[in-house]
Amino acid sequence: MAEVAVIKTAAEQQLAAGWQEAKGRLPGPALLRATAFERFAAAGLPHRRVEEWKYTDLRALMRDAKPLAEVPDAATKARAKDAGAGLAVIEGRRLVLVDGSFVAELSDLADLEGGLRVRSLAQALAAGDHALTGVIGTVAPTDDIAVALNTAFMGDGVVIEIAEGTTLARPLHLVFVNSGRRPASVFTRSLALIGARARVMLVESHEGPAACDDQVNTALELVVGDEAHVDHIKLTGAGSGSLHISSLMAKVGARARFNEFLFTTGATVARNQLFVRFEGEGTVAGIRGATLLRGRQHADMTVVADHVAAACTSRELFKSVLDDESRGVFQGRITVRPNAQRTDAKMATHALLLSESAEADNKPELEIFADDVQCGHGATAGALDEDLLFYLKARGIPAKEAQSLLIEAFVGEAVEGIEHAGLRDALMEQVAAWLKARG
Amino acid sequence: MLEIKDLHVDVDGRQILTGLDLVVEKGSVHAIMGPNGSGKSTLAHVLAGKEDYVVTGGQVLFDGEDILALEPEERAARGLFLAFQYPLEIPGVATFNFLRTAINAQRKKRGEAELAVPDIMKRVREAAGKLGIDQEMLRRGLNVGFSGGEKKRNEILQMALLEPRLCVLDETDSGLDIDALKIVSDGVNRLRSPERSFVVITHYQRLLNYIVPDVVHVLSRGRIARTGGKELALELEAKGYAQYQEEAV
Repeated sequence: MAEVAVIKTAAEQQLAAGWQEAKGRLPGPALLRATAFERFAAAGLPHRRVEEWKYTDLRALMRDAKPLAEVPDAATKARAKDAGAGLAVIEGRRLVLVDGSFVAELSDLADLEGGLRVRSLAQALAAGDHALTGVIGTVAPTDDIAVALNTAFMGDGVVIEIAEGTTLARPLHLVFVNSGRRPASVFTRSLALIGARARVMLVESHEGPAACDDQVNTALELVVGDEAHVDHIKLTGAGSGSLHISSLMAKVGARARFNEFLFTTGATVARNQLFVRFEGEGTVAGIRGATLLRGRQHADMTVVADHVAAACTSRELFKSVLDDESRGVFQGRITVRPNAQRTDAKMATHALLLSESAEADNKPELEIFADDVQCGHGATAGALDEDLLFYLKARGIPAKEAQSLLIEAFVGEAVEGIEHAGLRDALMEQVAAWLKARG
Repeated sequence: MLEIKDLHVDVDGRQILTGLDLVVEKGSVHAIMGPNGSGKSTLAHVLAGKEDYVVTGGQVLFDGEDILALEPEERAARGLFLAFQYPLEIPGVATFNFLRTAINAQRKKRGEAELAVPDIMKRVREAAGKLGIDQEMLRRGLNVGFSGGEKKRNEILQMALLEPRLCVLDETDSGLDIDALKIVSDGVNRLRSPERSFVVITHYQRLLNYIVPDVVHVLSRGRIARTGGKELALELEAKGYAQYQEEAV
């Protein structure tokens, strides 16, 4: 059979050139990086015939690949000094990254609680931390190409280690700032290794100037120890980039509680993918999210819940509000492996279409190899209920306000799943602000 | 206060109201009775401004102004209130929050100052207490998990708080047991005043033992077939609607 020559897109060629230029100076595990890059080079950017990327065709969506972000200068750092202030209510310990570089002087590193260790990934890699290098890519392994690109190009990130039995009084707040100085590619890789019986809330927010043309590829590997209680909330807000790809790879231990929430209002094209492996028995997990899009925004939420161990419960609830010509994608796969008896996994996704031109795509998949399980999924897509609107209007509430009440209630059902009351309120305020900006 | 002239209304291409005339004076209570399918609920919804009802002719004058072109929320702000036969459940919209939004939206529309939350809370608590509505219910989603009787009481609560000048009650008695019927009727009677008019739509005479009307109309085949005093309701109870269905042919 003749060799098929793969035609490289401009973005693929630029990524290859970027690799040649940068590979000598990227810190740490050269072989790991090179192997990952080879995987990308062989497969190319994911496109619509790659099932997992069916609705988010990067080959078409990525016209070019931006140059790698530069290390921020003093002025750029200074401009980021108030980053994350929008979530001041959580009184979190801020860990700030500007254009993908960890900035210690903007971060709250004083008086770290006992049992908490925070480091820059770049520094750890440069220092040749082999133990850490051995962890990268192994927490919840995936052959996803966006993750491979992240592994090849990862510049910096935060390494968080939390010892067994530690309860953090303050949430950790990872603040990712895109300065928007010039369009850039930003590759960050973070790790959060959370010991048994620890209690942690981890908030991750992405922000920048609204017109930010960055291409962000961010990844987090998360280990939730046995009987730990971990909340991870990620906000993809305004300024998250023209292309924002985020991957969470999580391994959850036994009898743990794990709550994930994804709140997306920003980025022109966003892809949030979660790979969650339940490796210990008796864990209860909530995986939820709310997406509000307008204009020509595109947001893809792809969740792979992999039940490896028995008797875990996972609940997924995703709500999307789609206005104008926006497009919301949900792909959810639940895998129940042969030993994962007594799994209880449910997935629900609801899309509210506020315009005739908005589009919701939904692809649920259940792969069940055990026989004693409860598994289900449900999906709806539709417009606001005219009868409910009439009821509200008949009480004197103007049409726009009536719509806002119903939309807030719709989104609120997912946001309710967040345990932190202050953060819940902060997100509902963001929903209200989004509604106010509706034309 | 309310003057309906030769009203013709289509629903899904079918003529439901076929030239209805009705005059309701200030401070009076008019009952509209009629068999199923005579157009009672259509009349209620057309007055409130529901979209799917197509007015093909006639006028609805409220204080002399034709309100047919107005949005439902504009009619409400002018003082028109419809108590729904089937109040809707709205999960996620707390009852109190809904009441506050509605009260202030109407006040804003009328150019009045909006009320502060403590003030509204006081009014709501007082009015809810009179109707035996639990404070806990006010925190729940609107009508979510409410019994049939609780939903109807909640409608009367809204009516009491919004202080409309014309109240249209669409089969408020349906689905109520005798105790709930009494609570709801007492709630309505407390709101009767020389400045406020009522249109009480019902299939059964029973409700009119509690809310005693000044005038009773029989609606049949989309128009008023007969008008009389409260004794007309008793006559209907005894003889049924059959004669009116034939008269209207």
